[in-house]
Amino acid sequence: MMHPNKKRLRRSMMFLNCQKPGLIKDPYIYKPDSIMLDLEDAVAENQKDAARYSLYHALQEIDYRGVERVVRINGLDTPHWKEDIRVCVAGGADTIRIAKTESAQDVHTVEEHVLAAEREFGRPEGSTLLMAALESCKGVLNALEVCQSSERLIGIALSGGDYTKDLQTTITGTGVELQGARQHMIIAARAAGVQCWDTVFTNLDAMDVFEEEVKMIKMMGFDGKSLVNPRQIDIVHKVFTPSQKEIIFAEKVVREIDEKKAQGIGVFTVDGKMIDIAFYDGAKRTIALAKASGVYEGDL
Amino acid sequence: MEIKKAAMAGTLESSDAQVTVEPGSGSIDLTIESSVIHQFGRQIRATVLETLDRLEVRDAKVTVVDKGALDCTLKARVECAVYRSNDITENLPWGGVIR
Repeated sequence: MMHPNKKRLRRSMMFLNCQKPGLIKDPYIYKPDSIMLDLEDAVAENQKDAARYSLYHALQEIDYRGVERVVRINGLDTPHWKEDIRVCVAGGADTIRIAKTESAQDVHTVEEHVLAAEREFGRPEGSTLLMAALESCKGVLNALEVCQSSERLIGIALSGGDYTKDLQTTITGTGVELQGARQHMIIAARAAGVQCWDTVFTNLDAMDVFEEEVKMIKMMGFDGKSLVNPRQIDIVHKVFTPSQKEIIFAEKVVREIDEKKAQGIGVFTVDGKMIDIAFYDGAKRTIALAKASGVYEGDL
Repeated sequence: MEIKKAAMAGTLESSDAQVTVEPGSGSIDLTIESSVIHQFGRQIRATVLETLDRLEVRDAKVTVVDKGALDCTLKARVECAVYRSNDITENLPWGGVIR
């Protein structure tokens, strides 16, 4: 049976450094869909242990009010990831983000240790979800096998900084260097029926450029974006939440298709646009997204 | 647990606490410095002593410099300092004495 939260709404996934108690004590006030408590890059090498104690007590004692609690663990090439998994599972993290994923085998390795931890700490088997960050050319090329690797896997996220380093270029601000990875990853994710998230945007002085990027990845089909600052959340939610105009049109499409199908009519027009059965799933998805975003007042 | 050597955890940033543990002279000797000592001194003291008790630390000199840490942060910093004093970083008893 599919985990009930596997396909939940994840437009905004905000990184928070586990090393900083001031950051992890109340991020739910900004209302992101998910927080990503970071044990990896944001935590200094000699503070990896300290971050785990903070993480454990935060997971156990802070009420994050329905915000999904994802934890980014250290890569499989470090000495830290096994203890990271133990503390995540013991603390009751909803999801583990695997850094630097390159293959289905990487996901299987993590899954094996997650299962062992669920048994050790008496948590239901299969309750901890996984997501994979693709941060290298090899990882991006293996996107499909990663997406198909585990029932626990909710999706894949692009990590643009490390990926462009591997590609021997840099983040240019034009997006040209990320085009191939973005396109490939979203196709792989959809082929496997999992979600897909875009990389972070780190220039907080260019909110207009950020908004353009969010609009672009929405058009490409992404489910959301990794974020580094609470100021980015509202913009992502605005772009990813259907407008009332889109919702009304989607309702008309669903109702008309249902009605015309009964009358034996396959193609017709709605508000001057040619519509047939191919539009049905998209319209349903718009309504589902509106419902999940809390802006739907209709009865479909 | 025995405090085998001096160890420290935490920072002096807002919402954090810096906890130092050192080998004691027969009992727990706890010193707390906090800008909110009048309001929360008793609670900070209780949280630190409870955490040390759970870890079975009976003999230590403990110094806490509190910068407005929540209880969960105080516990995390005390535990980290105690385990650091024993050089333990793996196979920790999450949900056991750490809770």
